[in-house]
Amino acid sequence: MNTLPQQLANGLLLGSMYGLIAIGYTMVYGIVQLINFAHGEIFMTGGFGALTVYLALPSGTSMWALVPLMLIGGGLVAVLIAVGAERFAYRPLRGAPRLAPLITAIGLSLALQEVVRNFYPQADKARAFPGLDATHDLGSVTIKDADIFLVLAAVVCMASLAFFVRRSRTGRAMQATAQDPDTAQLMGIDTNRIIVIAFAIGGFFAAVAAVAFGLKYGSIDYRMGFLMGLKAFTAAVLGGIGNIYGAMLGGIVLGIAETLASAYIDGIPGMQQLGGQSWANVWAFCLLILVLLFRPQGLLGERVADRA
Amino acid sequence: MTALLEVEDLRVAYGKIEAVKGISFSVEAGQVVTLIGTNGAGKTTTLRTLSGLLKPTSGRITFDGKPLTGVPAHKIVALGLAHSPEGRHIFPRLTIAENLQLGAFLRSDKEGIEKDIQRAYDLFPILGERRKQAAGTLSGGEQQMLAMGRALMSQPKLLMLDEPSMGLSPIMMQKIMATISELKAQGTTILLVEQNAQAALSLADQGHVMEIGKVVLSGTGEDLLHDESVRKAYLGED
Repeated sequence: MNTLPQQLANGLLLGSMYGLIAIGYTMVYGIVQLINFAHGEIFMTGGFGALTVYLALPSGTSMWALVPLMLIGGGLVAVLIAVGAERFAYRPLRGAPRLAPLITAIGLSLALQEVVRNFYPQADKARAFPGLDATHDLGSVTIKDADIFLVLAAVVCMASLAFFVRRSRTGRAMQATAQDPDTAQLMGIDTNRIIVIAFAIGGFFAAVAAVAFGLKYGSIDYRMGFLMGLKAFTAAVLGGIGNIYGAMLGGIVLGIAETLASAYIDGIPGMQQLGGQSWANVWAFCLLILVLLFRPQGLLGERVADRA
Repeated sequence: MTALLEVEDLRVAYGKIEAVKGISFSVEAGQVVTLIGTNGAGKTTTLRTLSGLLKPTSGRITFDGKPLTGVPAHKIVALGLAHSPEGRHIFPRLTIAENLQLGAFLRSDKEGIEKDIQRAYDLFPILGERRKQAAGTLSGGEQQMLAMGRALMSQPKLLMLDEPSMGLSPIMMQKIMATISELKAQGTTILLVEQNAQAALSLADQGHVMEIGKVVLSGTGEDLLHDESVRKAYLGED
């Protein structure tokens, strides 16, 4: 049986999840040139916010009501943490050498993990998440309801973001702030507000990805943000950091590449022992190294001089 | 009758280095006032402080009867002070039309904005021809026109122009200076910073010569143009 269509679908799904998280890295980087290494943990807290909503609702609540409420709950938590991180951790360091906010981000990432591990009930092991496990056969491809949710969420999020950035007044102000923050202020743009909005959008998209993650895999844990965050960051760099379309494209390319590599690389003579899921991360980060070597600005990135 | 802009004993420092060391001057409505001086005299620092991008260490700025010190940059535009910065700083990846619209960011009168964009195209026809192009593709002189047009879009009471002739060909420089005269004739109040002292002084009502953070000489444009020390230092005569 030909497994390629199924593997492509798996890659596309994984990639949409990377892309949703990557938007948060790329928007923040595009505006304040900060790699928010705590973004993976913002994704994770979004998952726990959604889980909290699920646990608070009576069992037997329809998924049609449950999923939107979980999105709201998870989104609220992730947005609050993202905006709070900007306000209290990163903003005081604006204008400081770049290493300072970077180290702050790593510290914040560890702090968020530990807070969840220590204070969320039983968060030290994987916590069960409601699943959307009904399957559908589309020819040679089988997908779950959770996969349909993921694709729809990614398309809706991406389309509304593109519309917002290109068409709305605030979106225009966001582009101006990314290109030249001082001059944006001279136009009357409150750049602090724009930065807060960028963090909030990134946080909300990460929460959407976390809900999709839980629905798809059936459980979440306090460490889930580390690897997903690293992969999404890879996707953002792969697509061209600072470019929102690049983030989604990078996510999808990364997801497909890693899925196909782990499925088929053991068919190449001499590489039999390199196949399987356990090598997926190796291929993903090899791809990052190749891109950094041969196209450091990323797939859709422009070669721009460093503004610092 | 008080002046539109009143600067009193303004001091600005970058860390421990004081770039502006207590300057005072004023701009009356309808006037063109110029600050001239060499690199490092503190002219650009003065403008960046007036528009709120830098915080003064001491001194007073009063604009249209209101104190400006401590007001964030994005609120100063709303009071009617527009700043066309040194080096033009157009938004390179937005189109010319989008750049002009951003100049009117705080306005909500759609029709008025359209009219003023048209006015910018009348003032600089090349901008109208290329309105859908990314601003980064314009030549230096065209970018300068765009930066001026964009600053005018906020309908300012005072227009601050920082080195509009910098890096331009002689022909382009003449064109920019002619535009400034035209704006003056229409009654626009302008604070002009220039290294090209000859051009700036010939169209200014008032001029101030700055040297290492201080105003060393003030007078009407005409007087300064004929002042012997100015001619020696800035107009290249001996």
